[in-house]
Amino acid sequence: MSTYLSLKEIWRNKSRFFLFSLVIALIAVLVLFTAGLGEGLASANKEYLEKLDAEILVFQEGTGYSTIESRLDYQKVKRVRRLDGIVDAGPIGFSNAEIVLDEGLDPIDISFVGVEPGKPGLPAPIAGDTLRSNQAKVVMIDQRIAESANINVGDYITIKVTQGTEDKFYDLRVTGITDGQQYFFQPSVFVSLAIWDKYRPKADASVSSSRPVTNIIAVQLEDSANMESMSALIESTVKDVETSDIKTAYESSPGYSAQQNTLNTMKGFTFLIGVLVIGGFFQIQTLQKVPQIGMLKAIGTPNPVVAVSAILQIIFVTVFGVFLGAVAVFGLAIGIPSSVPILFTGTSVLIAIGSLLLIGPIGGMVSIRLALKVEPLTALGM
Amino acid sequence: MENKYILETKDVQKIFDSNGLVVKAVDDVNLHVKAGEFVGLVGPSGSGKTTMLAMLATLLRETGGSLLIDGQDLGSMSDNQRTKFRRERIGFTFQSNNLVSYLTALENVELMLRLNKKNKRESREKAAALLTRLGLGDRLNSLPSQLSGGQQQRVAIARSLIHDPSVVLADEPTASLDTERANQVVQIFADLIHEGQRAGIMVTHDLRMCKYVDKVVQMEDGKIARVITERSEIDLLAGTSKFDQLPKEESLEKSEISSKKPLLPNLTPALAGS
Repeated sequence: MSTYLSLKEIWRNKSRFFLFSLVIALIAVLVLFTAGLGEGLASANKEYLEKLDAEILVFQEGTGYSTIESRLDYQKVKRVRRLDGIVDAGPIGFSNAEIVLDEGLDPIDISFVGVEPGKPGLPAPIAGDTLRSNQAKVVMIDQRIAESANINVGDYITIKVTQGTEDKFYDLRVTGITDGQQYFFQPSVFVSLAIWDKYRPKADASVSSSRPVTNIIAVQLEDSANMESMSALIESTVKDVETSDIKTAYESSPGYSAQQNTLNTMKGFTFLIGVLVIGGFFQIQTLQKVPQIGMLKAIGTPNPVVAVSAILQIIFVTVFGVFLGAVAVFGLAIGIPSSVPILFTGTSVLIAIGSLLLIGPIGGMVSIRLALKVEPLTALGM
Repeated sequence: MENKYILETKDVQKIFDSNGLVVKAVDDVNLHVKAGEFVGLVGPSGSGKTTMLAMLATLLRETGGSLLIDGQDLGSMSDNQRTKFRRERIGFTFQSNNLVSYLTALENVELMLRLNKKNKRESREKAAALLTRLGLGDRLNSLPSQLSGGQQQRVAIARSLIHDPSVVLADEPTASLDTERANQVVQIFADLIHEGQRAGIMVTHDLRMCKYVDKVVQMEDGKIARVITERSEIDLLAGTSKFDQLPKEESLEKSEISSKKPLLPNLTPALAGS
């Protein structure tokens, strides 16, 4: 009975309900894009760290888990490796560089990452070969670079860095291609730590350490359940270091929290607007229908039928609106250039859609309460 | 012994208490309506007739006394039981907002059957047949907004009767109709009540419509001021009676409450106009 009444009303007022579904669709588009943007920006910031095959990261003490500020002597890597309960540990060095392309093409900004072949921190290739030698002048590149600049395994790329006051150009052969490994909004290029230390940007080109320096150490544990005790062991055994898990590390990236909080606030407000718009629409509609609801109750329609009918109507309109919005978003997403940091992951889309579906019933609660409170006596004008 | 009345009220009272202001809207009303009897409930505004109708429709609980329909005491029922009883045993026509705006004429009539879970094919045919009989055979699929006021009231009448209720109640069913349509609607209503042997009560301000009823109950200050059962008196009240043609044998029930009071002041113009 409830379904019959709600569907009949929607069908006989198609235009009104379709227009309202469009409003919900637009809200859905906004929420899904904001969610996609949040996910995309977060991913661009943390993708490499998130995919690391390690449980603990070791930083220089007092640097607040900043990968850029932290500087660790290579001896510390060795000390960490010697500890019981650790499978392996790999140094990772971060810096920025550019890949110079043919004339007329814009250079590609990259995260220039130094890792030790065979150690934690080096991602597996999806094409070509991994890094095998500390001294070989070869690189593994993020597939985004390969796709955008049409670079293949075996090609040579030219890296431009600034050392001292001079721009230096280094030619490196692409030995492998990795999956998406962005860090600090830039796709990554992986070289051996020795090459990285030699080629990385330096304040003074004449300064060259006899021992490689690294920013952080990625540590693989035998048992990830022992994270706390192992962190404590590392911090007590190796001097002047602090440790964190992966999540803490990328959340400590400069601007990460501020950016995510801003986007979450936007999402929250969009939801709130959605709730208010849906609430307002159905409340006005219910107010207009008070005499009719009174009449329905007067002729013996039970209150649950009236309530369920109202809820179903809200659900139908919301589901249709969210469906339209989702279709529109996925249609638009196909045309979005890869440079726009929007990422639709299954989880984030499902959470956004689930939340959007909830705003209908939440917004409509007031109108349902209103409908339930209508007295059948109103049919008699009492 | 079988009760001959479908609808009975015994010393029914309704007292409204609003912030200490006590109003006796209905005061010791005794009313009896037989099967096939159509009663006109008249009286000035505030006389208690709508309150009475609301109590008979199980929309309002009495403060005192009792109301029985088909021998069942309405006061002893829970709210849910009253809703079910209303749905099954009572047919209702209102002054306005009678129909569901997004259902067609046929669907509006079928609504009562759906509510009573009688939505079979035969029921649908029955609804269509009733509407056809009411002259709406070609408007079955029209929405209320596509129907005239009279047509809408006829649909409402069909809806109030389709589920074979024991009691049919009408609240000012002709208030928004012109004279011709009003006569047409009430006549149909009366015919169907007589034919189906139901108890019918119509609240009306329009005394002309009393010519279709079998008994007029006149209320004043919450009490029954007078019950008119004589056809001649009813016709006189309705302003249609020709004294020289008054039927001789129409001896209906004696007034259950004899009143020495004259008819209410607002009835006088109707009488004067006769």
